[in-house]
Amino acid sequence: MVLAMVVCANVGDLLLKRGMSTIGAVRFTVSGLGQAFGLTVANPIIWLGIFFLLGFMICYMTVLSWADYSYVMPAGAFGYAVLTFLAVIFLHESVSPRRWFGVVLICIGVMLVGQTKPRTTEVVAPQKGVA
Amino acid sequence: MATFLLLALFLCTTTGGEIAMTYGMKATGEPERLRPKQVLRFLSRAVCNGWFWVGIPLMAISFYLLLILLSWQPISFVIPASALSNVVGTLGAKYILKEEVNAARWAGVLLVCVGVALVSLDSIPVR
Repeated sequence: MVLAMVVCANVGDLLLKRGMSTIGAVRFTVSGLGQAFGLTVANPIIWLGIFFLLGFMICYMTVLSWADYSYVMPAGAFGYAVLTFLAVIFLHESVSPRRWFGVVLICIGVMLVGQTKPRTTEVVAPQKGVA
Repeated sequence: MATFLLLALFLCTTTGGEIAMTYGMKATGEPERLRPKQVLRFLSRAVCNGWFWVGIPLMAISFYLLLILLSWQPISFVIPASALSNVVGTLGAKYILKEEVNAARWAGVLLVCVGVALVSLDSIPVR
């Protein structure tokens, strides 16, 4: 569930960036925001991004129903590590030592959080577990 | 300056929305099984929770602020800067949701923040 959450979030973010790049810089005025909103809702790449982010949202809501927010949140960053590995394996990109160091820090960070108790608050509406 | 104000607003709305969402999901209770039918039933229960409707507008605002930030600045600035939401969110989890954030969890969150910044900063072109 967390892996699906990470994949959907990263694909969604990339699609949004691509979609917004085609729209250009947004002016922070009423007319500028209105115009940007119109262009945004008419852009299919933005909608595809929103579709992936909706998938992320469903996974996120499900995970949050039983695990701590401070436990789930850092796991999202694991996507950066996954993306780096995918870039090396499939795109044969060269990765700088600084980036590898960042990936190592993320992995250690996620492992540290992963070793803590997933849930530290009381059960509000007890249901049969999914973990 | 406008970028940093927008970033601060983005961090506040992101954390506020996610904390409201977490509160709502905890109150909803987890799905019985991870099957489509049970998850759909869980989602229908979740949308009837008031906190869900507090979280959604805040997350929608934060989403739109992110779009504006992405259109103003390169993704290599926006994503590392938005990694700060891990720290703000952990503070919110500790003091608002009363989650137990021990030293290991704090260390993990901070390492993730620095790691995300390093990974993203790597793609900034050298001038």
